[in-house]
Amino acid sequence: MKRDNLRIIWPAVPVLLALVVITILLFVVGADPITTYSAFWTGSFATAERTFSTLAFWVPLLLCATGLLVTFTAGLWNIGVEGQMIMGAVGASWVALKVANALPNIPGLVIIPLELIIAFLAGALWAGLAAILKTRGGVHEIFGGVALNSLAIIATNYLISGPWQPPEGGTFRGTQPFPAHTLLPLHGDTLFSPLSLVLALLVLLVVMLTLKGTFWGLKLKALGKNLSSAFMMGISSEREAIIAMMLCGGLAGLAGAVRVLSWFDSLRQSISGGIGFLAILIVLLSGMRPLFTLVIALLFSALLTGGSIVQLRTQLHSSISGIIQGLLVLFMLLFGDYRKVIRKRRVVKPAPGGDA
Amino acid sequence: MNDTQLVRMLALIIAQSAPLMLAVTGETITERGGVINLSLDGSMLIAAMGGFVVAYKIDLLLQAAGISGNFFPLMAGFSTAALIGMLVALLIAWGSIRLKQDQVAIGFVLTLLLADVANFLGQDYTRLPGPRVKHLPIPLLSEIPILGPMFFNHDLLIYLTFAIVGIAWFWMFRTQPGLRMRGVGERPESAFARGIGVNRVRYLYTALGGALVGISGAAYSLDIKLGWSDNHILGIGWIALAIVIFGGWRPIRGALGTILYGITKALAQKLQTTFPQVPVVLFNSLQWLLMLGVLLLVGSSGIRRLIDYAPARLQQPLAQALRVAPPQALGTAFVDD
Amino acid sequence: MRVELQEIRKIFGDVRANDGIDLTFEPGKIYGLLGENGAGKSTLMKILSGYQPPTSGQILLDGQPISFSAPDDALNAGIGMLYQSPLDFPPLQVIENHLLAYDNRLILKLEDGSEELKAYARRFGFEIDPERYVDTLTLGERQQMELLRLLALGAELLILDEPTTGISAEQKEVLFSTMRRLAHDENKTIVLVSHKLEEVQELCDQVAVLRQGKLIGTQDIPCPTSILVRMMFGEEIPRSEQPAFEEGPVVLQINDACIHTYRLAVEHIEFEVHEGEVIGFAGLEGSGQGLLLRACAGLIPLRSGEILLDGKPVKGKRSPVFWLPYLAYAVFIVRLIWLLVELILGRIRGVQLAGGIVVALLLSGAIWLVGTIIESWTSVAPYHEFYAQGGAFVPAGRLDEGLVAGLSLTEHMILAAPEHSFMVNWNAAREEIQKRINQVNVVGRPESDVAELSGGNQQRAMIALLNAPLRLIMLEHPTRGLDVTSANHIWGLFQQRRREGTAFMFISADLDELLERSDRIAVFSGGRLIQIVRASDTSVEELGYMIGGEQV
Repeated sequence: MKRDNLRIIWPAVPVLLALVVITILLFVVGADPITTYSAFWTGSFATAERTFSTLAFWVPLLLCATGLLVTFTAGLWNIGVEGQMIMGAVGASWVALKVANALPNIPGLVIIPLELIIAFLAGALWAGLAAILKTRGGVHEIFGGVALNSLAIIATNYLISGPWQPPEGGTFRGTQPFPAHTLLPLHGDTLFSPLSLVLALLVLLVVMLTLKGTFWGLKLKALGKNLSSAFMMGISSEREAIIAMMLCGGLAGLAGAVRVLSWFDSLRQSISGGIGFLAILIVLLSGMRPLFTLVIALLFSALLTGGSIVQLRTQLHSSISGIIQGLLVLFMLLFGDYRKVIRKRRVVKPAPGGDA
Repeated sequence: MNDTQLVRMLALIIAQSAPLMLAVTGETITERGGVINLSLDGSMLIAAMGGFVVAYKIDLLLQAAGISGNFFPLMAGFSTAALIGMLVALLIAWGSIRLKQDQVAIGFVLTLLLADVANFLGQDYTRLPGPRVKHLPIPLLSEIPILGPMFFNHDLLIYLTFAIVGIAWFWMFRTQPGLRMRGVGERPESAFARGIGVNRVRYLYTALGGALVGISGAAYSLDIKLGWSDNHILGIGWIALAIVIFGGWRPIRGALGTILYGITKALAQKLQTTFPQVPVVLFNSLQWLLMLGVLLLVGSSGIRRLIDYAPARLQQPLAQALRVAPPQALGTAFVDD
Repeated sequence: MRVELQEIRKIFGDVRANDGIDLTFEPGKIYGLLGENGAGKSTLMKILSGYQPPTSGQILLDGQPISFSAPDDALNAGIGMLYQSPLDFPPLQVIENHLLAYDNRLILKLEDGSEELKAYARRFGFEIDPERYVDTLTLGERQQMELLRLLALGAELLILDEPTTGISAEQKEVLFSTMRRLAHDENKTIVLVSHKLEEVQELCDQVAVLRQGKLIGTQDIPCPTSILVRMMFGEEIPRSEQPAFEEGPVVLQINDACIHTYRLAVEHIEFEVHEGEVIGFAGLEGSGQGLLLRACAGLIPLRSGEILLDGKPVKGKRSPVFWLPYLAYAVFIVRLIWLLVELILGRIRGVQLAGGIVVALLLSGAIWLVGTIIESWTSVAPYHEFYAQGGAFVPAGRLDEGLVAGLSLTEHMILAAPEHSFMVNWNAAREEIQKRINQVNVVGRPESDVAELSGGNQQRAMIALLNAPLRLIMLEHPTRGLDVTSANHIWGLFQQRRREGTAFMFISADLDELLERSDRIAVFSGGRLIQIVRASDTSVEELGYMIGGEQV
C-alpha cells in the first residue's frame, strides 16, 4: 500500500480497536452491544428532543475545546478548564441572582450580555491564577489546575449551601431559579439555546483564524514548542502564556454561563458534569485541528446525552460514555501515528559531541 | 488533650498516611527511572476496585467452602491490585518508549478513563462489607512507651509500607542497581554508554512503582476506608503526585511529606469539631491550599533568589538541601536503536 | 594491546563519514588523529569505542577480530573513550558517577571506592574530591574524573576526543604528562583526536590524517608543520585577515557590575565595548564569562552596578502599575490591623477574627491577582529591552534556546523580523529568509523544519536570522561544530557588519579562534576578570596561563 493512502486510512485503526475493546467489555458485563449502541443513537439523535439535548451539550464542549486549542498551542496543559467553567457559572449566577435582583428593571438585552461578560471575566481570572502560579510560583499548571478545580467545586458548594441558599431552606441541590428574563432564549420547550451555538461557532472560527494567520498565533505556537527559544526571539513568554490561559478560561467561563443560563436555570452543585475534562479529550483526539474539534465535540456530546438512555435501557453504569470516549482518545494517542507504530529501519543515534 | 490521646492521634495519622506513603514511594521510583505515571488518580481507583472485588469474591467462595480466615482473599486482592497498577504503568512506559508518545497525555487520559472503568466494573460491588487487613501489634515493640503505639501497633500492611520506604531509600542510594536507575533517569545517553539497557531499566522500575501504586489503591478499600463506592478515593492520586515533588524525588522525604499531609488533615478535622461555627468549606479546601502552598515553596524562584542572599558559606549546602530538581531526563523518551 | 582497523566504512545516508580506513595502533605509543571538523575523526573513534557499529570493515585486537555491540563491550576489551563532552552524570556525586556500572556487586562501596579513587587520582597527578557533585566541576576536572574511571576499569587503549578544548593550560600540562606516562611507562596506547596541529606536534609519536572520510596518510612526529597542513587541507588555506580596528563611540559600558549565583560570584567588572569592536571572552567553562555575557544581554539580573547599552541601562521596563500587587498587601495588612484593634476593643470575638482574616485574604488575593496579571502584561523583560534596542544574543544551545524545533525557517523569520503586522505576510517572509539562506549558505529551504537541519546548518540559520543593522551581537561559541571554511564564511559576514559599526562579544573555548577573531580578549578565571589583553599582544600559551588564574 502506498504511504499516502496508509496515512489517510490509518486513523480508522485506533477507532476500530477502541470499538472492539468496548464491545468485548460489554460482553464481559453481560450487556448486548447492539442494544447498547442503538440506545446511544436513540438517546442522542433519534428524536428532536434528544437531538436538541445533544446540541445543548455541544455548545459548552465546543467553547471549552476552542479555548483549549489556544492553550495547547501555547504548550500549556490547562487541566483547570473544569474549574474555570464553574467559576464562569458562578459569575453568571451572581449577575442573574444579585444584580438582576437589585436592579429589577434592566431588560434581558442588557443583563444577558452582562452575565456573559462577567462569566468570561470570572473564568479568565481563575485561569489567570493558574497561569500566575505557573509563571511566578513554578507550580506546574496541571497541579495548579487540579487544585483550583477542587477549590472551585468547594466554593460552589459553599455558595449553594450558604450565602446563596434558596429562601425556602438549605438543600444541597442548588440556588433558587433565576428570573426568566436573565436566562438565554431557548428553542421551543427544549433546553437548547440557538444563540449560544451561534456564539460558540463564531468563537471557534475566530480562534481558528487567529491561530493560523496572525502573528500572535505564531508566537503561541513558538512558545508551545520551546519556551526558552521563543523568549530569546523576543516573545514575552509570561505575557503570552497568561493571555492564552485567560482566553481559554474566559471561554470556559462562557461555557459555564451557558450551562446555568440554558441547561439549568440556577447554580447547581455539579455544574460542569465533567465537560471541561471531556473538552481536553476532544482536543487531544482532534490532534488540535479546529474542524476535527468541531465534529468530535458533537460526537462526544452525543455519547454524553446518549449515556442516560443507555443507562435506562441496559442498567449499565453511566460511566460507559466516559469509557468509550476515553478509549477512543487513548488508542488514538497510542496508535494514531502509523509511522511510530510500524517500526522503521533501525536508525543509528548520532552520538553526542559534534556532528562529524 | 493528654499524652495518650496525642499518641493515639499520631498513631492514627501514621496509619492513615501509610497507603499514601506507598503511592508516593511507588511514583518516586517510577519517576527516578525517568517515566512520569500521571495516571495515579485513576490507577489507584481501579486498583482499589479490582483489589476489593477479587478479595470479596474469594472471601465468599472460601466461606462457602467453609474455610474461614481472610489471608487468602486479601493476598489475592492485593496481588490483583499490584498487577493492575503494574499494567497501567507499563502501558504508559510502552507508549512512551516504543510508540514515542507523550507520557503526560497518555497518563492524563488514563486518569479519566480508569476512574470511569472502575466505577463501571465496580457498580455491583458498592457499599458491601469485605475482608479487611487484621490488626497486628508487634509483641514487645508495641509495648515501648510512645513509640510503641505510634509505630508498632498497626497492621502488617503498614509495617510493610515502612519497610518499603526504607528499602527504596537504601536501594536508590546505597546499591549498584539503584545507582544505575538514577543514572538512567538523569542522563540516559551516559547510562547507555556504560552498557546499561536504558529502556529495560525503565520498564522494570515503572512496573515496580506501578505495583506499589496498585497496592496503595487496594489499601484504600481493604485496609482503611473499607469497601468500594463510586469515585472511592478521587483526588488522592493528585495529592500523591504533588508530594513526590515536595519530597524532591527522595523516598524518605516523600514519606515525611505524607505524614505532614496527614497531620494537617487531622488538625483540620480537629479544628472543625472545635469551631463548628466556621464553614466546613474552609477545612475542605485546606488540602488543596496546602498542595498549592508546598508546590509554591519548592517551585518558586523566590526561594532560589533568597539563597543568593544567604552567607556565601551556606549557599552551596542550602542549595543542595533545598534541591528539588526532578530527574533530568524525566518524561523524555530515549532512542537507543 | 595492538589494535588494527581494517577497511572501516561508515555511511550515513549519502554521506561517507568513513571510507575504507586502515590504521594500526601499537602499545606504548601516542597517536594523533588529525583532521578538520567533519573529516570523520569522531565517527571513526565512535566505531572503535563501540558507540556505533561500522557499515563494513573490522577491528582486530592483538590479531583477533572483534565486534562491539555497545560501548561497554569495547571497554571490557580494553578500549576506553573520553568524549569531548564527558558522558557523566552531572546531578550525581563524583564517587557515585565513578561507581555507576563499575561492577556488579549489589551494595555500593562508597567509602572504599572513594579511597580507591583518591589513590588513583594521586597516582596520576589529579586532584579530585569524591564528595563533590559533578555539576560543580570544571570541564577539565570532569575529564580527569572520566579518565580515572576508564583507567580503573582497565582501559589499555585510551581515545581522547579534542580533550584540550575548554581546559586551562595547567590542566592541559597535567593531562599531557599523564598521557606520556601512561604510554611510555605503562605501555598503554593513546589516541589523541584533534584538529590542532600544535598539540599533536607536542604530544604525539605518530599522526594519521583524515580528510573527507578518507585516510590521507600517516606521518611520524616531529615533522615540519607544513606537511601536516597540506595533508589536512589539501592546500594551505589563507586565513582571513582581521581588519584593523579603530576605536569608535562606546556601545556597551559595564560599570562595576557584580553577579551572584550560589555557584559563583562575578565581582566588579568594568570595561567598555566600542563600535565595530570584537571582544572575545576566554576562560574555563563556568568561570564567569558566560554569566557576564548573559547579564550584558539582560538575561541575568545584576546584583549591583549597571550595564549601559548606548548610554541607556539594560533594565527592562517596570510596569506603570507595578504598585498594584503591593496595594493588595497593604489592603490586607490594614484590614488585619483593623480587625486586631476591634478584637482588642472587644467588639469581635476570635472566630469572627478568623473569618475576617479569610475575607481579607480573599479580597486582597483578588486585588493581587488582577494586579499581577496587569503588571505582567505591561512590564518588559530586560532582555527584550536589549533586543528592541538593537542587541542580539546567539546562544550555544541551538535547539534549546536558539531555534524552535518544529517551526520552519520562514516562521522563524517572521518571529525574528523587527516589524510585525497583525496578520502574517507569509510571502514577504519567505522571500526574505530565502535571501538570507543564500547569503549565509544554509543548506535548507524556507519551509524546512529547523530540527531537520544538521547542527552546522542550524548554527548558520541562527546567524541568518540576525537582523541588520544591529548595535551589538553576542555569541556563545559561534563556530562550534563548523568546519574551517564555514567558520571563515561566517566571520567574513561579521566583518561586513563591523564596518557598519556593530560591536561583537563572543565566548569561545577555542583559543585560536579567540586570538584570530578578537580585537581584545577578556580572560576570566573563577569569577574574576583576570585581564583584558589586545589579541595582537598575546599568544595561546599566555592565554592558557591566564585562564588558569595567573596574571601575565
